[in-house]
Amino acid sequence: MSENNSNPDTKNRRNFLTVATTAVGAVGVGAVVWPVISQMNPDSSVKALASIEVDLSKIKEGQEITVLWRGKPVFVKRRTKEEITSAEKVDLKELKDPQPDNKRVKKSEWLVLVGVCTHLGCVPISGKGDYGGWFCPCHGSHYDSSGRIRKGPAPTNLEVPTYEFVGDNKIKLG
Amino acid sequence: MSYLSKFLLFFFFFTFNIPNSYSAEKQEKLLKQSWSFDGFFGKFDRASLQRGYQVYTEVCASCHSMNLLSYRNLSEVGGPSFSEEEVKVIASKVEVLDGPNDNGEMFKRPGKPSDKFVSPFANEKAARAANGGAYPPDMSVLVKARAGGADYIYSVLMGYENKPPKGVKLEDGVYYNKYMSGNKIKMPKPLSQDSVKYSDGTAATEEQLSKDVVTFLTWASEPHLEARKRIGFKTVVYLLILTVLVYLVKKKIWLRIEPKV
Amino acid sequence: MSSNDSNFNQNEIKPVHTNKVGGSPFKGVVGWIDNRLPIIRMFKYEYLDFQVPKNLSYLWSLGGILMICLIFLIVTGLVLGMHYKPSSSEAFVSVEKIMRDVNYGWLLRYAHMNFASFFFIAVYIHIFRGLYYGSYKEPRQLMWLIGITIFFLMMATAFLGYTLPWGQMSYWGATVITNLFSAVPLVGKAIVTWLWGDYSVGDSTLNRFYVLHWLLAFGILGIVIFHVIALHIVGSNNPSGVEPIDTRDTVSFAPFTTSKDLFAMLIFLLAFVLITMYAPNYLGHPDNYIPADPLITPAHIVPEWYFLPFYAILRSIPDKLLGVIAMVSSIAVLGLLPWLDLSKVRSAVFRPIWKQFVFLFVLDFFILMYVGGMPAEGIYVLISRVGTIYWFLFFLVIAPLVSLTEKTLPMPNSIHEYENWKKQGKIKTLKIF
Repeated sequence: MSENNSNPDTKNRRNFLTVATTAVGAVGVGAVVWPVISQMNPDSSVKALASIEVDLSKIKEGQEITVLWRGKPVFVKRRTKEEITSAEKVDLKELKDPQPDNKRVKKSEWLVLVGVCTHLGCVPISGKGDYGGWFCPCHGSHYDSSGRIRKGPAPTNLEVPTYEFVGDNKIKLG
Repeated sequence: MSYLSKFLLFFFFFTFNIPNSYSAEKQEKLLKQSWSFDGFFGKFDRASLQRGYQVYTEVCASCHSMNLLSYRNLSEVGGPSFSEEEVKVIASKVEVLDGPNDNGEMFKRPGKPSDKFVSPFANEKAARAANGGAYPPDMSVLVKARAGGADYIYSVLMGYENKPPKGVKLEDGVYYNKYMSGNKIKMPKPLSQDSVKYSDGTAATEEQLSKDVVTFLTWASEPHLEARKRIGFKTVVYLLILTVLVYLVKKKIWLRIEPKV
Repeated sequence: MSSNDSNFNQNEIKPVHTNKVGGSPFKGVVGWIDNRLPIIRMFKYEYLDFQVPKNLSYLWSLGGILMICLIFLIVTGLVLGMHYKPSSSEAFVSVEKIMRDVNYGWLLRYAHMNFASFFFIAVYIHIFRGLYYGSYKEPRQLMWLIGITIFFLMMATAFLGYTLPWGQMSYWGATVITNLFSAVPLVGKAIVTWLWGDYSVGDSTLNRFYVLHWLLAFGILGIVIFHVIALHIVGSNNPSGVEPIDTRDTVSFAPFTTSKDLFAMLIFLLAFVLITMYAPNYLGHPDNYIPADPLITPAHIVPEWYFLPFYAILRSIPDKLLGVIAMVSSIAVLGLLPWLDLSKVRSAVFRPIWKQFVFLFVLDFFILMYVGGMPAEGIYVLISRVGTIYWFLFFLVIAPLVSLTEKTLPMPNSIHEYENWKKQGKIKTLKIF
């Protein structure tokens, strides 16, 4: 099948045609692939459950509850005066991931944290560790009473989820 | 030899027509309506969907569940387009059984948009007991579950006759319906003039009520109908363009060997 | 390799070549890989340079189309499987969840559903093409047999897949089809219970059908690969039925056949998209949107449209066991065709009598399809019996008889002569043939 098309015009036209067809075809392949990829994202029923409300009225000072939100534990802690002051007093220069305490809470009494260690996803234990906060048993990360990383392999502070106060004794997560 | 092409045409024509020929029983011709969701560019009439939802909640929902739908669906794209705020209000009006709470007890709370439509009966047995042994079918996919679809449901709603034709005997609690298969139905005539008061001022005639509720039910069984038709149209246009291009490329390629023959 | 490899004597000293690196026609990185793993050159030889008769009509594009269908079915099936739950209490709801909540779930499910139907449309045309042009004859008998095996597996896979949504038709279809096995003498009942894992179609049945649906889907893929390997050994048949002799008779697979097949595929996809996007449930049955109910059988149980001809054959025979045997043999008999049709001429183009019977057979197929969808009573029973008789007559009597007595038309010596005859109007065919 030798190409005996000496006319350059025809040749250009064919090349243009082939390129155009391939381009149009590629767009189509992309459009077909997208639903196949997109289907693995959270579906609309999962997204709809993404916010929950937590009642705070039964939590006493110094106590902490854990609620399940988006399949992850969320710590809600009513901090004592001492814990608040110690968290506020910390020199930011000492911190690996410097963040003042007041940027991490909406009301200083209430600390809300995603209870997932920022190292590799284990759940830290409350009231353990060297800094009066949390301690992750998997690889030994220590968090302080503001949930900030103080010692160990975790790179960042415990994440604060999006939440808001709806009324004095209720927060809405997500 | 020209048989052959006819056979192929016949093949497509024939096979595609088979599903229509299943019901061999003599049946009344359905009342065909022109629905806004028919055709290549079909879309639901939003106002009709909202009215239809009202008819469902005020009339149908006292017996028929719709347990595949959630309140949030009412504000989703392609549906009745209630606002998210309106849906919150709608949902908060129902009581949902939740739990167990920290004391291990089930409790009732106001509904949330993520809740499923609350069913009128706890289970099928309860539904049968309350309806003289008949089970009011779940209406989530009802339109797709009946041959004739929207037209069929509309016809049944409009097909009640006060007096059955001569020779037809009806037991207690059974009604005559022209379009129901077997002509007997245990559901009393559900809709009549002004059984629902529309807030948008639309006259609540029997036709209007039926049309609205059928539109709503069609959306309920096919919530992505609009997206399907939209994407379908784009795909068809795209494929036509690509087909023409590929045809031209193919012709060019095959020209290379023509002189050799 | 010598012909008496089996007598290999390990004590005899002769050179060995365990290192076969080399021989690639490519250079650079591609050559380096190809020298060590010769799939690139294989692809070149088998899919780029592969010589194909140049007179193939669009009926020969169905093979490629079927491949596309199979790939799409496996891909959509794979992703549906990420959301589907094979239990009797969850199956229906999980399918509806796919239709409602999963991103593009409705599209994936409708596509999967309709690809199954279009797979059968394509395979029926494909089989018809083989029948009409004698593609089952020497040397392609094994390919034909592999093809029929694929067809069997397709039917089994389609049946298993149809039970998964767990609607009324799923449930009762599964009940009726599994009950076919109860026709087996003595152990029938035991087989059926074993298939069900229960005393009726139930949760265990659904769960195993789901696994088997997957297994058979990949089984088809595997056997399709054999089908294609066999094709590349014997080469494609063509409308003339004459084997290619030189390059005047052939074209290279790429770009000639590929561009042509691509065009045919797009036309096919266009039809598919129109159905899937505008009448997605047209080829299905409304009753399957009613959740399975073991207490109520739907008024008319009908299988999917592609099973209707065989369903008609099953019902045409008043005896349970014989009906099942007839149904299975109606497909199996296709496999005997290479040994029943004794004509040396492949293509029906040159067989005026056989041609008429093939057309009649196609008509018979449609008639059986029609009566298969009708209630088994009155005139339909008679029609299905006549149809069934012709079906078996066609293979068992007409094929050998016609092939021995028919006077065939003069044959061209080569494909390019055939093409010239066509141009001169000596052979009349439609363009797509």
